[in-house]
Amino acid sequence: MWEYTDKVKEHFFNPHNVGEIEHPDGVGEVGSLACGDALRLTFKLDENGKIKDAKFKTFGCASAIATSSVLTDMLKGLTIDEAAKITNKDIADYLGGLPEQKMHCSVMGREALEAAIENYRSGGRKKRELEGTVVCTCFGVTENEIERVIRENNLTTVEQVTNYCKAGGGCGGCQGEIEKILEKIQGDKAGKVLETAPRWAGRLTNIQKIQLIQQTINEQIRPALRAHGGNIELIDVEGDKVIVAFRGMCAQCMLAEFTMKDVVEAKLREFVSDEISVEEDEDSAQQPHNHRA
Amino acid sequence: MKTIYFDNNATTKVAEEVLKEMKPFFCDLYGNPSSMHTFGGQISRKIRNAREQVANLLSCDPAEIIFTSCGTESDNAAIKGTLAAAPKKRKVITTRVEHPAVLSVCRDLENHGYTVIELGVDKKGNLDLDQLEEQIDDDTALVTIMYANNETGVIFPVEKIAELVKSKGTIFHTDAVQAVGKIPLNLSKSNIDLLSLSGHKLHAPKGVGALYVRKGTRLHPFMVGGHQEAGKRAGTENVPGIVGLGKACQLAAKNIKEENERVKYLRDKLENAILRKCPDCILNGDKKNRLPNTANISFKYIEGEAILLMLDKYGICASSGSACTSGSLEPSHVLRAMGVPFTAAHGSIRFSLSRYNTEKEVDYTIEKMPQIVKKLRKLSPFVEKG
Repeated sequence: MWEYTDKVKEHFFNPHNVGEIEHPDGVGEVGSLACGDALRLTFKLDENGKIKDAKFKTFGCASAIATSSVLTDMLKGLTIDEAAKITNKDIADYLGGLPEQKMHCSVMGREALEAAIENYRSGGRKKRELEGTVVCTCFGVTENEIERVIRENNLTTVEQVTNYCKAGGGCGGCQGEIEKILEKIQGDKAGKVLETAPRWAGRLTNIQKIQLIQQTINEQIRPALRAHGGNIELIDVEGDKVIVAFRGMCAQCMLAEFTMKDVVEAKLREFVSDEISVEEDEDSAQQPHNHRA
Repeated sequence: MKTIYFDNNATTKVAEEVLKEMKPFFCDLYGNPSSMHTFGGQISRKIRNAREQVANLLSCDPAEIIFTSCGTESDNAAIKGTLAAAPKKRKVITTRVEHPAVLSVCRDLENHGYTVIELGVDKKGNLDLDQLEEQIDDDTALVTIMYANNETGVIFPVEKIAELVKSKGTIFHTDAVQAVGKIPLNLSKSNIDLLSLSGHKLHAPKGVGALYVRKGTRLHPFMVGGHQEAGKRAGTENVPGIVGLGKACQLAAKNIKEENERVKYLRDKLENAILRKCPDCILNGDKKNRLPNTANISFKYIEGEAILLMLDKYGICASSGSACTSGSLEPSHVLRAMGVPFTAAHGSIRFSLSRYNTEKEVDYTIEKMPQIVKKLRKLSPFVEKG
């Protein structure tokens, strides 16, 4: 059971400002059903340019609902410039804090606010778009977003980043990238999570290379495929040519080719050698229905 | 506020009769059953008695029962012990909907050079036995498939599977933690080689479980040390727990039929009323082929943790397959394997009943549930007019 503050419970059981403003000045929508939480924020300004009313509709857990409720309270009476300064930390603090694993709810609140302000400033036309490259494909989190939560909340570990913006919490395939972003921003403060991640260190004997390939498949590639019901098996290594077979969902997946190049080959090049090329085993390529389920 | 406990697949209340049976073994009869003196030695008779009680519930020989510390240990012991006894075989077959006590063990095996096949399930959560048959080959050391699913209650055709696996000369283990005490089992007429059970799922305390090992099944011990459990599981016996498990099995054997008819009646009443009174909800799992105590329902457009907290306010305990309650960010692996869309998986609630539930409790929940769903849907951006 999560330990919620009384304030969170109060706003969850009796949320304020539920609903949608008709003819709003700004609308912000973030999240989706698939992600497990989503928030639609609407606000209206008075003649002095201050937020007169704000309402929300939220799909999500108790802390997502409480965060939305409290955010709409906070907004009332603020100018747009003042509202734009609200951070996810402000929202969480207002609630007397949130469990660490639930901090992403406060980030969702801030994102919705930002989207609504952007929508207002562009005269109601602009829908929120993802800026920067997507790092976490499971939850659609961009590099910009990850950098921002790291800076605003002074995060140092991948686990924290996952708690704050969900990135890395799905298949886990992007955790290495998140770590790099952490290192870039926090320097030495960044906690190393994947201490055992294999690194290429000079010339390898054939046996070392094969072991490193197997290790990379086990630790870096399989978890990502597993998350989608797939699997991979190392069949053979001929020099720099690595032969693998896709199993499970991967075997029938339209995107298997993409996975091969962008995940399998990329990871093996990153962790083993730039010379690596990957091919699919002939038998497995030809018999899609003979695979494991 | 009275607690209404509908989370019996998570754990159960220790039966008063079980507690009474256990009590003397803490301060009075605390001897070590391995001791030579009468004071300790008399305890071994109590353990023998408990072993007979467990064997009686399963219709097997008492010598085929090994006491363990929990269901997870039984699963680990069965899987790792079987593989260690057949070191040349490198393939294990399981399913995508197993409890983590099996699934995580199997996935770890992959990192040790084993090939692990995870069979999928259909929309109702049922297995395709042809696919299983296709996968069993000479290299297969073990097939491990659960008896009944903890989340949906779906029962696999374990007897048929055991027969099939035996015909191929392979070992078959089943995690029957959710089945034992809820549905009748008869291992004397079965081809199951190994079966795990857990005490606290059938009104015995936490910290005790058992593993059935058919005579003649080769199993390398998982816990090594003293000679307890005929050398198959070292460690001083958890005497009060074992005595409690024995009593709980005796009670289950005595009452299984009538109690489960009553539990099923209550479950059906709860489930049918909720499905009828709450719009946009779906039953997860196979309506017919299920444990009598489990109902798993998805409420569209709303999220499981929020529902649980609202239920909690009324003292009603249930559980959810939503991401927010799993401690991870993704919803239940069981519902996802069944192809339940993410959107419905996030809003899934499991009610699991026991013989201690009453019709009054069911009626109270039937009254509250539609209000909760309505209230949360009012907040949901995916419902147009709340």
